Amino acid sequence: MSRIALIDAGGANLGSVRDALERLGVQVDVVRDGDGLRDADRVILPGVGAAEPGMRLLRERGFVEVLRASKQPLLGVCLGMQLLFDSSEEGDVECLGLIPGRIFKLQEAPGLRVPHMGWNTLQQVRDSALMAGIADASSVYFVHGYAAPVTADCVAGCEHGQPIAAIVQRGHVCGAQFHPERSGTAGSRLLANFLAWSP
Amino acid sequence: MLSRRIIPCLDVRDGRVVKGVRFRDHVDMGDIVELAQRYRDEGADELVFYDITASPQGRSVDRDWVRRVSRTIDIPFCVAGGIRSVDDAHAVLNSGADKVSINTPALERPELIGEIAGAFGVQCVVVGIDSQRDDDGEWRVRSHAGDPGQTRALPRRTLDWVVEVQQRGAGEIVLNCMDSDGVRNGYDIGQLGDVRKLTTVPLIASGGAGSIDHFEVAFRDADVDGALAASVFHSGTLRIPELKRELSARGIAMRL
Repeated sequence: MSRIALIDAGGANLGSVRDALERLGVQVDVVRDGDGLRDADRVILPGVGAAEPGMRLLRERGFVEVLRASKQPLLGVCLGMQLLFDSSEEGDVECLGLIPGRIFKLQEAPGLRVPHMGWNTLQQVRDSALMAGIADASSVYFVHGYAAPVTADCVAGCEHGQPIAAIVQRGHVCGAQFHPERSGTAGSRLLANFLAWSP
Repeated sequence: MLSRRIIPCLDVRDGRVVKGVRFRDHVDMGDIVELAQRYRDEGADELVFYDITASPQGRSVDRDWVRRVSRTIDIPFCVAGGIRSVDDAHAVLNSGADKVSINTPALERPELIGEIAGAFGVQCVVVGIDSQRDDDGEWRVRSHAGDPGQTRALPRRTLDWVVEVQQRGAGEIVLNCMDSDGVRNGYDIGQLGDVRKLTTVPLIASGGAGSIDHFEVAFRDADVDGALAASVFHSGTLRIPELKRELSARGIAMRL
């Protein structure tokens, strides 16, 4: 029986991510410190809020070194995805450094609202098992004020005044900027793909 | 492309969905989770649950419905009503709500907006504004509008409050135009347009939806990001799949 660890990093969407996994018939273990990850087969890092308190909590609870050393498939969601990168402009913090790049602030412009909030369409940029069964231009639900750049690690992008990364993957580490737990059928498919994924 | 959002609002009283016109004459509409699931299946982009539970005692018992909704539906939802503190917000968000909407408590103590934004991020803080035109032609804010007997006219101009709540950390604004609310003659496009000019965060129109045309002009002319409606959906006057298909055919970006 595979063990799915869901990191409690203080994010307000912990419960909704757990609910979405349970709708897929999967039981998860909510873990509150780095030790809880040691015998996990897969790890999910949800997160809502700001990068600085998010990283501080991960550090205080002993997650940072364990996550940097781990080889299990890891999925970051929303802020959890941003924390996978090298650093964030939000509070100018060093993040986990599992994916190269720096998180930047979305800029307001006429007709362009920040936070980027609502259903936006995915544009697949490279093949990935994570996209199995997710049609190109599927709509998913975003809520964020900072974003990841489109780099070679970007699987699917999205447009909000400029191209931003929506799904990223590098080695055993992947992430979704949108909320798969609140993105209808396409979102639950992404979670199912992650659960079946062998990087 | 970012879609415009269609948002049914469900009034919740003592754990059941009720409906009323201008906040009065509540009739039982059914089970919260069943109705939430139905709107999700019909293509609602988001749901707002407005908790009008009369007593705070009833509310603390009844909020277990937030958990039930979160377990069932896979679209975002917001809880409004009775959130007066960071602890209240925490309880609702922890139960699975994606956002909380605050109205009268933010007027009584504006710091609350920043406190919730600081604790959970601006993306989950919606400020609801009940606004009405006064005899001098100015739009001003009303507090306690959830209870017709208690509604108070404040000296605060709506446009000033719109600017202030964004500075304090509101991630979204729902503008409920009370003069048009519940009568299905259309959203207050003039007022929404003026508020839009001062709003950099998403703006949601509320009050007055009665036809597809009303949604179209709110999106096209007032440039709102979402449109909230209650009775027009609950009564079956408009069905969400047809509404979204027709708006899409008219060139409004919709998630179909």
